[in-house]
Amino acid sequence: MEFVRLINWGTPQAHDVVKRTHPTQIPMAPSTLLLTQELPSLDYLATPARFDGTWEAPLSTLLGLGRAAGADFVEFFLERVNYISCLAEDDLITSISPSLTTGAGIRVFRGKADCYVSTNDLTFQGLKTALEKALSILGLTLPAPTAFIPEVCLELLRDYAKAKDKALWLPECSSIEEMGEILLATTASLAQAASHVQSRRAAFFRDWQEVLVASSDGTFARDIRLTQSVSCNVLCADGEHRTSNGLRDGDTSDPDFLRNWNYQKATAEVAESAGQMLYADYVESGTYPIVMANHFGGVIFHEACGHLLETTQIERATTPFMEMKGQKIAHENLTAWDEGRSDDAFGTLDMDDEGMPTQRTLLIENGILKNFLSDRAGQMRTGHPRTGSGRRQNYTYAAASRMRNTYIAPGDCSVEEIFASIDKGIYCKKMGGGSVGPTGEFNFGVDEAYLIENGKVTKPLKGAILIGEAKDIMHKISMCSNDLSLAPGFCGSISGGIYVTVGQPHIKVDSITVGGR
Amino acid sequence: MVQIQDLAQYTADIAQKLGVHKYDVYGANTDSTSVQVDHGEPKQVKASNRSSVIVRVWNDNGTMGVTSTTDVDPVGIELALKTAQDASIFGVKEHIPDFSPESTAPLPEVTANRAEPTPVTDLITSLVKAEQELLGAHPAIHSVPYNGLSQQEIERFYLNSAGALRSEARTYASVYLYSKTEEEGKKPRSAGSFRMSPGLGSLAIADCIAEAREKTISHLNYQKIPSGKYRVVFSGEAFLGLLGAFSNLFNAQSVLDKQSLSTPESIGVAIASPLLSLADDALHPDNVSAETFDGEGTPTRRVPLIENGILTSFIHSTGTAKRMNAQPTGHANIGAKVSVSPHFYHVFPGQPSETHYSLDEAENVLLIDDLSALHAGVSALQGSFSLPFDGWLVNKGEKISVDSATIAGDFRDLLKAIIYVESEPELTPGGVCPRIWVDDVSVTGES
Repeated sequence: MEFVRLINWGTPQAHDVVKRTHPTQIPMAPSTLLLTQELPSLDYLATPARFDGTWEAPLSTLLGLGRAAGADFVEFFLERVNYISCLAEDDLITSISPSLTTGAGIRVFRGKADCYVSTNDLTFQGLKTALEKALSILGLTLPAPTAFIPEVCLELLRDYAKAKDKALWLPECSSIEEMGEILLATTASLAQAASHVQSRRAAFFRDWQEVLVASSDGTFARDIRLTQSVSCNVLCADGEHRTSNGLRDGDTSDPDFLRNWNYQKATAEVAESAGQMLYADYVESGTYPIVMANHFGGVIFHEACGHLLETTQIERATTPFMEMKGQKIAHENLTAWDEGRSDDAFGTLDMDDEGMPTQRTLLIENGILKNFLSDRAGQMRTGHPRTGSGRRQNYTYAAASRMRNTYIAPGDCSVEEIFASIDKGIYCKKMGGGSVGPTGEFNFGVDEAYLIENGKVTKPLKGAILIGEAKDIMHKISMCSNDLSLAPGFCGSISGGIYVTVGQPHIKVDSITVGGR
Repeated sequence: MVQIQDLAQYTADIAQKLGVHKYDVYGANTDSTSVQVDHGEPKQVKASNRSSVIVRVWNDNGTMGVTSTTDVDPVGIELALKTAQDASIFGVKEHIPDFSPESTAPLPEVTANRAEPTPVTDLITSLVKAEQELLGAHPAIHSVPYNGLSQQEIERFYLNSAGALRSEARTYASVYLYSKTEEEGKKPRSAGSFRMSPGLGSLAIADCIAEAREKTISHLNYQKIPSGKYRVVFSGEAFLGLLGAFSNLFNAQSVLDKQSLSTPESIGVAIASPLLSLADDALHPDNVSAETFDGEGTPTRRVPLIENGILTSFIHSTGTAKRMNAQPTGHANIGAKVSVSPHFYHVFPGQPSETHYSLDEAENVLLIDDLSALHAGVSALQGSFSLPFDGWLVNKGEKISVDSATIAGDFRDLLKAIIYVESEPELTPGGVCPRIWVDDVSVTGES
């Protein structure tokens, strides 16, 4: 028996145009008529160019198949990426790298265990094969040949891309030519601004991603994300004195980002840092009070607390905060947020990668732990409610509870008051990366630091790494100024590398171990 | 999974249709399955079946553009060739990458043992058993929060419009176990172990369990150590970690880009103690993931990098070799800009030592097992590092775990301060390396 489902390309309401016949003509709603034995000859044509309503019918059927086989929950994540990066070295564009990706990830839960299968094949057969693989791995078998496969009825397509005219974004972004011009202007500006220059670089990427999520609880949502970032970097050397300094800016949802980027401001800042750091001494190791600058200084909270409030850490029992909701875990002057809603910030998104609208999650209020960051599996396994935090790098990863824009809220001190409170300490002006391990011990590097003596910033210092225990340090963040600033960052963890924002006002940490020489 | 012969054929047809006369393609098919468990139950199983290629297209003016794609069917390849053709207009005009002169040269013979895939249920059973053994090994071990067992089959291929067509397939299995302790009044402690082999049958799971257990227990009793200068012994893994972070020392592309601690004149210069020798050797018999050709199709080979402390060679792509009047070494990855990266380090003793050291007799030395935060605490272009580590203070063979400390220094100084290279190599995923002894390393502990 030939049995083909054909759906017109680009027709928004897929169920209106489904043409199907059934030899027995049972007077039931057509959506309940599919039998297991009809599956091998079943086919669909959803538009390959765009995730739209034409995907509803095939996904409804496949979700129904998963449920009929005994899965407790099934989710399809479809993704299409159009990425390009561009690199300028000294006065040449040396690399333009476009990359096109299409893929799907299918997640199946049986009880609390789950299986995730990914594939590049987005045809109906390709998706079905991947689903069947996931089902069989979990020990689930397809129902008997004559069994019904009731399709899963999905919500009306919740299309953030359409609602916010995101289709216009990609064509409005900078062309390759424009990327080249701006990056070369940037490296030229670095040559003018800095001295003892050995090499100059400017790099840009544009990541355009279209996603579609359909799951057996009826979720059916589409979004387009546009993330762009530009960075510049200079290596200066004078004899044995060397310093490498850089800066990164980035945002989401703004096609004009690169053309409006103030490269002169960026290169001036990098040149100034390089000038300060070229002859800087290495920091003397010890335990000091420190002031952490606003902006990327927020890496301290990201590592020392943010990660430990993800439900994936509760699942593994690798966070000291797992039983402490409602209790005091930080200094009473500390309030912290994680949210996906700030305008155009690097970690902003309308919905997470499980189709839930991102939320504004209050993590800590005046030192009291209020909420964890939770995804679907986190809610299932730990009981903490979902917060729109299910994120992943791409279709090869199952979503996990991850941060979005994470920051310490402004306090009532002035920056001057913070410095004035320190006799001898370190001012951490520009942070490198950081990490946190399964015992709650965290670290982060400082690219640009200064000695604080009697409340004043004195000589530049380099080569510091700061280490501490999450549980201790949160009680030592005792002063926050009122100059909150957010900075773009990349966060790598179990569901891959994602775009996030870290942020804070200037803060004081009463004491921390500074590793040096 | 794309069939390589088919891909070569339809790529040629499409290229002809588009008027593309010169192109090459590098890609891989990957089929992998991995499992994680949690207290005896499967937690997550992941499986994937993926293809990806990168195509390079040279236009009639000789400039080159690239595109990578996961759509490897004819429609996807056509789009990729077109996009690369468009990008080629903006390609570099100096030092334009070209085909490797060795892209059709015979490949080295290696014996790659390919294993048949194991059913997922067997993977789960093996891992559940490993977890159980580790949990039962000591009352303080409460969980194995990070664990995984995976198997993978990878087929890599390279082809070009001048007739090169080569591929190779490998299978791997790997296991990691990372256990964590809880004891009343003490900080949680953790340690882990990793093993890799061509297939599950040959995978040393028992060794992995034993190492994770031994290491985790060895960290139960810990103390702070005073800040100061220490004689430090790096484990093979720790030393290779540091070496990898400063690999720009050997990287010809980095040297040409002035993004290296070396210059073209550094060849022949003593950069390390004469006790140290180093090669990069994709074909080392212990390298489970031995690759016989690189992204440009150049055969891989053993390349001596440091001989008795003297820098002897860089690792090259076709382009860097041409510019530096050397031979390609099989270390290229293609892209709009060809990059160069190492395969598998082999560290071994150089000149014989006059003095031999042993951990059984040494007093107050710091044995560093593993370095953390290499992405944050290394300034690869300054040569400096400042890093947290896992390790022990060793006194005549007796080890006590060190609590939250860091080491710092300059990597070039460290290479010269090596006082002993042990003879017994330690096998790690990134290379083989014995323990390396270094004097006067700055350590931050308690002030």
